[in-house]
Amino acid sequence: MKISRGATITEPGSTALEETGSWRTFRPVIRYEKCIRCMICWNFCPEPAIEKKEGENYPVANPKLIKMPVPVINYNFCKGCGICVNECPTKAIDFVREEK
Amino acid sequence: MNYEDMEFFAPGHRACAGCAAPIIVKWALKIAGPKTIVVNATGCLEVFSTPYPHTSWRLPWIHTAFENAAATASGIDAALKAIGKRDDINIIVFGGDGGTSDIGFQSLSGMAERGHNILYIMYDNEAYMNTGIQRSSSTPFGAWTSTTQVGPSKPLGKEEFKKPIADIMAAHRIPYVATANPAFLPDFKAKIQKALSIKGPKFIHTISSCTTGWRHDPSKTIEIMRLATETGIFPLWEIENGDFSKIRITYMPKQRKPVEEYLKPQGRFRHLFNEPEKIKEIQRMVDEWWARFEVKS
Amino acid sequence: MPMMMLRGNESTAYAAKLARVKVIPAYPITPSTLFPEKVSELIANGEMEAEFLPVESEHSALSAAIGAAATGVRAMTATASQGLALMHEVLFIASGMRMPIVMAIGNRALSAPVNIWADQQDTIAERDSGWIQFYAETNQEALDLTLIAFKVAENENVLLPAMMGMDAFVLTHTMEPVNVPDQKDVDEYLGEKKINYPVLDPEKPATFGAFVFPEHYMDIRYSQYIAMEHAKSVIDDAFKEFEKKFGRRYSKVSGFMTDDAEVILVTMGSITGTARETVRKLRERGEKVGLVKITVYRPFPKEELVSITRNAKVVAVVDRNVSPGFGGAIFTELVASYNKEKRKPRILDFIMGLGGRDVKIENYEQVYDIAKKAKRGKFKEINWIDVDEEAVKEVEGSI
Repeated sequence: MKISRGATITEPGSTALEETGSWRTFRPVIRYEKCIRCMICWNFCPEPAIEKKEGENYPVANPKLIKMPVPVINYNFCKGCGICVNECPTKAIDFVREEK
Repeated sequence: MNYEDMEFFAPGHRACAGCAAPIIVKWALKIAGPKTIVVNATGCLEVFSTPYPHTSWRLPWIHTAFENAAATASGIDAALKAIGKRDDINIIVFGGDGGTSDIGFQSLSGMAERGHNILYIMYDNEAYMNTGIQRSSSTPFGAWTSTTQVGPSKPLGKEEFKKPIADIMAAHRIPYVATANPAFLPDFKAKIQKALSIKGPKFIHTISSCTTGWRHDPSKTIEIMRLATETGIFPLWEIENGDFSKIRITYMPKQRKPVEEYLKPQGRFRHLFNEPEKIKEIQRMVDEWWARFEVKS
Repeated sequence: MPMMMLRGNESTAYAAKLARVKVIPAYPITPSTLFPEKVSELIANGEMEAEFLPVESEHSALSAAIGAAATGVRAMTATASQGLALMHEVLFIASGMRMPIVMAIGNRALSAPVNIWADQQDTIAERDSGWIQFYAETNQEALDLTLIAFKVAENENVLLPAMMGMDAFVLTHTMEPVNVPDQKDVDEYLGEKKINYPVLDPEKPATFGAFVFPEHYMDIRYSQYIAMEHAKSVIDDAFKEFEKKFGRRYSKVSGFMTDDAEVILVTMGSITGTARETVRKLRERGEKVGLVKITVYRPFPKEELVSITRNAKVVAVVDRNVSPGFGGAIFTELVASYNKEKRKPRILDFIMGLGGRDVKIENYEQVYDIAKKAKRGKFKEINWIDVDEEAVKEVEGSI
């Protein structure tokens, strides 16, 4: 075990070593063919467990959007709150029960 | 520089699923950027973001106690001044409603009066959520909490009105006071930006839904906060230098929705629907607040 | 080295100036108010470069000092009595976060009843707060010990806050000639404040004041305890170096005519002077009496006290504090210090001088008489000196 004087932590952002994906009972699944890449889900993800990625290799709702970044869910951290599902303007995110 | 694509608040924190506080924090930090020191009052945010030996913070961060975040920040402000680093570093305080409106109010008032160059953001989940949903001065009229229990002798829940903390801070005549709502993100971001561009004490009061205490489905966090503003219960405004006559409404609902739409999806207000006259009273109070801004047709 | 006529509070203000303290948050309280006043004056006159924060409470004063220390600068404050009590919560946070803050205390009674005069209850009540505690006998000591406090607090094997107590009015408000050291010498003694701990710096983000679970809490507390143990030798070294530089000698405990003494008085703070006079007077009458003064109360100078008192027949501890339900703090700890010893002197406690009651030569003579009689036979452990027993009986029924 390691401790530090005064409990000071010198590894910034290290909760990223502690995954919270197991909290999930429902899993949001983005259906990229309906996604207009508005990033609203990314805006509102509280973890944040939605990452902004280059979009060229993802299915696209409209070919004009192909150069736009896409939201990608990191299931290691997603707690399954469903905010993204609720806020998605095109209903492009399914919410499916986790199979354990 | 635009830091919106950077995350200064790491995942892996222990906030309840659907908690609004991390949304507020991540956006405030994206706007502030890396040259920022964060001070945190005791509360949910402090606890869920620093499970030793790990931390979600990718910026310098300090927590000392519950009631003294503004004082701790004042010391940092003075120290940065003393070493000539004051101009290029933001200091942002995050405090909950308890740590701000109640126990931390004295140190906040002191910080404002002394004119420290600090942005204080109160994330208002309207009760002591960290200790289990006890009422605070910021709990709204009519809300159930674990210390405003509802029963035959007490049908209402909280019988007192919410303390108007942003008004009180504006009365300090500090350069900038605003209310904000992360559901209205462009407005929220603009206010953080504006606050940070002004020297001196700034105060932003932001609504922060608590799925556990407000008793709603976690997926409804943004939707319910949006309704708070669309019903006019949580209006968005800003006041500079304490000039109430020049209050600026930053979001004017085209047609305010009835307050029921905000109250209905939240379990903490369920009992009110047995007391329709109390809902009318809430509506009347909201209407009164808006009367000066809305042209009667 | 100019001699100046200084009040105790001015001595500590000059110490702040000489230590080049960068941030001084303070809140006025009798009898320490003169400290922020003097600091404000020194800054206004351009004699001192520091940020003075006139905060809205003592709780905020210490909180701001933590903020400043966490940013890596030297921070100091001053308070007394109720102000220190209001800081109680923050005291533990400062030491737990290992912030080398220094604080000057005007030792004063705690309410109720409200009383503004000399008494050491305020700092004694904070003995478990994890702060190093020094106590001055004179205003010269107040200045010197404040400088020494910085030296010890900032030592990388310690990194703990330190408080320096001086009795209300008797020291805080009384002018005494004080040798004010040269800035150059103090600079050499203290050095630039070294950043030997992580600080709030956007270039190297660190998290201070995290939430710690049972898995780690106790080990972190243990490390803090060990740091206080380390302070013992660091204090000795700081005293030695101070003597070399400034010629004035300090030690955690210092004896006066103790070598052949059968009765030894133990005192702390300004009441030591009168005790010394009494010892001199009694010696003239052929009484085998000596005196031990405590300068460092935390860490408690256990070994030093035992070694200097072990050959006495009776040790008479003077406590300017009391823990209702037991007795005085120094008495309790001295008795406990003898735990490992086969033989120990009889130890008696004398509660004296509370709330500014004068401690006079005749009071010490009475203490000596009681102590001398206690060499043999029965003795009373806890003795209140100079109180009106009849008046107390009147209200409490019996004693």
